Amino acid sequence: MLKLDAATVRFGARTALDAVGLDVAEHEIVCVLGPSGSGKSTLLRAVAGLQPLDSGRVFLDGRDLGGVPAHKRGVGLMFQDHQLFPQRDVGGNVAFGLRMHGVSKAEQEARVRELLELVGLPGAASRAIASLSGGEQQRVALARALAPRPRLLMLDEPLGQLDRSLRERLVVELRELFDELGTTVLAVTHDQGEAFALADRVVVMRDGRIAQSGTPLEVWQRPADEFVARFLGFDNVVGASVSGEFADTPWGKVPAPAGSVQGECTLLIRPAGVRLVPAGEGLRCTVAARTFRGTHVSVHLQPEEAPRLEAACALREAPEPGDEVAVVFDAAEIVVLDREPST
Amino acid sequence: MDLARTEVKPRDRAGSAARLGLMVVPVAFFAVFFAYPVTAIVARGLKVEGAWQFGRIGEVLAQPDIRHVLWFTTWQALASTALTLLIALPGAYVFARFDFPGKQVLRAVVTVPFVLPTVVVGTAFLALVGRGGLLDELWGVRLDTTVWAILLAHVFFNYAVVVRTVGGLWSQLDPRQEEAARVLGASRFAAWRKVTLPALGPAVAAAALMVFLFTFASFGVVQILGGPTFSTLEVEIYRQTSEIFDLSTAAVLTMIQFVAVGAILAVHAWTVRRRETALRLVAASVTARRPHGAGQWALLAAVLGTVAVLLVLPLAVLVQRSLDAPGFGYYKALTGDDSGVFLVAPIEAVGNSLEYALAATALALLIGGLAAAALSRRPQAPGSDRAGRTPAGRLLRGFDALLMLPLGVSAVTVGFGFLIALDEPPLDLRSSWILVPLAQALVGVPFVVRTMLPVLRAVDARLREAAAVLGASPWRVWREVDLPMVRRALLIAAGFAFAVSLGEFGATVFIARPDNPTLPVAVARLLGRAGELNYGQAMALSTILMVVCAVALLLLERVRTDRTGEF
Repeated sequence: MLKLDAATVRFGARTALDAVGLDVAEHEIVCVLGPSGSGKSTLLRAVAGLQPLDSGRVFLDGRDLGGVPAHKRGVGLMFQDHQLFPQRDVGGNVAFGLRMHGVSKAEQEARVRELLELVGLPGAASRAIASLSGGEQQRVALARALAPRPRLLMLDEPLGQLDRSLRERLVVELRELFDELGTTVLAVTHDQGEAFALADRVVVMRDGRIAQSGTPLEVWQRPADEFVARFLGFDNVVGASVSGEFADTPWGKVPAPAGSVQGECTLLIRPAGVRLVPAGEGLRCTVAARTFRGTHVSVHLQPEEAPRLEAACALREAPEPGDEVAVVFDAAEIVVLDREPST
Repeated sequence: MDLARTEVKPRDRAGSAARLGLMVVPVAFFAVFFAYPVTAIVARGLKVEGAWQFGRIGEVLAQPDIRHVLWFTTWQALASTALTLLIALPGAYVFARFDFPGKQVLRAVVTVPFVLPTVVVGTAFLALVGRGGLLDELWGVRLDTTVWAILLAHVFFNYAVVVRTVGGLWSQLDPRQEEAARVLGASRFAAWRKVTLPALGPAVAAAALMVFLFTFASFGVVQILGGPTFSTLEVEIYRQTSEIFDLSTAAVLTMIQFVAVGAILAVHAWTVRRRETALRLVAASVTARRPHGAGQWALLAAVLGTVAVLLVLPLAVLVQRSLDAPGFGYYKALTGDDSGVFLVAPIEAVGNSLEYALAATALALLIGGLAAAALSRRPQAPGSDRAGRTPAGRLLRGFDALLMLPLGVSAVTVGFGFLIALDEPPLDLRSSWILVPLAQALVGVPFVVRTMLPVLRAVDARLREAAAVLGASPWRVWREVDLPMVRRALLIAAGFAFAVSLGEFGATVFIARPDNPTLPVAVARLLGRAGELNYGQAMALSTILMVVCAVALLLLERVRTDRTGEF
């Protein structure tokens, strides 16, 4: 339904989008994930027609959008900080797109009522924008974007400025809502939790290029490269050499997943795969720090003459900083990443 | 597909085209009604049988009395600027940082002089310090033969420029910046000197340059208060044009003034650009608090006293003089025409003035609004930084400065230029009533642009984008997003344009027809005649003019926003 073909945008010497190709199918929810400056917002703006392409093309329903101005593209965009019209009330904001499309007054009213109910703000039409909380503004912005029934809805950091508990609740609501409406959604976020919870498919961007694309589970389980792994929060990434069923790493010999390509590679050991064992049985480490993560404790271990390791432990088993421990590695939590020069 | 191919971005080009399109009308307006008449009159003075006589420039400059005029124009402008800063900067501080009852009204009161017609100001000071004036009656003191009358009138005029430009910024400077310096160990004074002063510097410079510009080109005030001794360039241009009929000298003087004003505006544009560098601004309402301690109360009292003596007293005397005849005699005299000064009763000038000013305001809003809209859309194209250092950006900035030119270029020249340039088809406007509003709109446009530009620039570009994505065409975006936000600024701009149009004198004095005088022209003519009745009528007309201006301004002060009122 949406197709980007080698879309490129340059700002002076910097390339914000570097020949990006992307397909979004009808009813699919795609989340673009990446650090700030990776070109995610530029991607949305290019699709919306707010940012001209330097080269490449954008198709919507097979139609080339080149030269089509933003107001004729029929896509919806929810801005990062909502950009609600301050001098209009809630109803006026939601009805804006309908008015622009010449919808009758009666129809506008009915649709506004319907949408406000949908986003959980029934009867709020006459409220002033200034009186809304952050979460309410977000809902109004969503209703406004949905009102003209856009073929494609784009969300720029939809939950960026909300506090954590609200964000977690809203992300579930959004997912349910989009499933119900069958909306095609292209969202960008820097928050992996948000992306994984919302998306059918996650696209990780780096420096204007797509680093990986896949279902949340695929991306989580098999990060494409060191950049993606580190962006997802994995720090146990090292250069290794696979031979047979084992890999040589600075942390010693670790089991390699079955069927791994032999030779030099980059290896990821998920924290859950770093098991604490009684001292003397495995790699000797000193506990450098521990941080409480709610469901588990993250323990930072300093092996002798090797990079630090992060381990996830159950609350009761977590050692104290300064303790001497030993670790072994669980083959199920080890991933061989695509070869890429370590940075 | 060749990925390396760089295409010309169509939207970019469309954006630039739109900006240039918006500029077409203002540029055409200024070309036809400003550049063309001014060039025509300069040519008339300096072209003999098709050849430019640039040698005249040297000859004119060699004349001792012309040199004297140049010297006086410059030093009185410098002195006026210094005196204005000295007197108005404490006022700027008080208005920015203190909260006291009646502040809103007082802010309007200090702004009234700025929009008053120069003729009224001259008349008011004449009533205060002139022959038979208040000081003359009380202590036998007359200042109208000294330069002090001119300097004080200039301070009276430009007090508001400093208070609004400097005070406006001062009130929005984040006090926490100074607090941060204090916490880092700076004394109160050191914190002010190291943090606040550098932030204010460009605003002070900009205000000073504006005051210098206005006083350098001063006409009405000097014409009335200067007597035969003191003459500025503008007054001399008027004298050469309408009394001596020496057009070549007038042309040379016009060119000199043009160059000087151009230089001042160039420096002004530079300081404005520096002022735009990121300052932490907060809402004015959070920085002001009630004065505490004897020192602050004394400062407030001193500022209020200055305002009372310098700004309110001259106007009060003017009103008092106009009432000096029993039973509103001077006002009654305005309705009859037995003085022989006019073809019609002087009171008709009120109606004329209002009609002209309304037409001029409409013109100024149209031209200035288009110009502000063009200037506010900065190119955000890839390849340009935020300051818009693209060729288009540079063009726009040049246009910005160009719009200010009519404020400083000899109004007398413009007026006379209208007469000799717009007198043949297809532009034979000599007998048309529109001539006066056209000339007045020229001075109104800069105020419209100055008032609306900051507001338009403050509109978040992404708000416009949000509207576009929802299906609003560019025109709808302007109507739905920009217009509601600038409506208040538009009203204020209209008020300023109305007031300056109402008070315009230098150009109008040439082109207003004898049977259709405007208020300032009528006042000047009455003053030019001997006799107590004429004098009294001048005072009465001036009072009427002042009341109209003041009412317009006080109404506007109610819709004032924090971001406007900078010029």
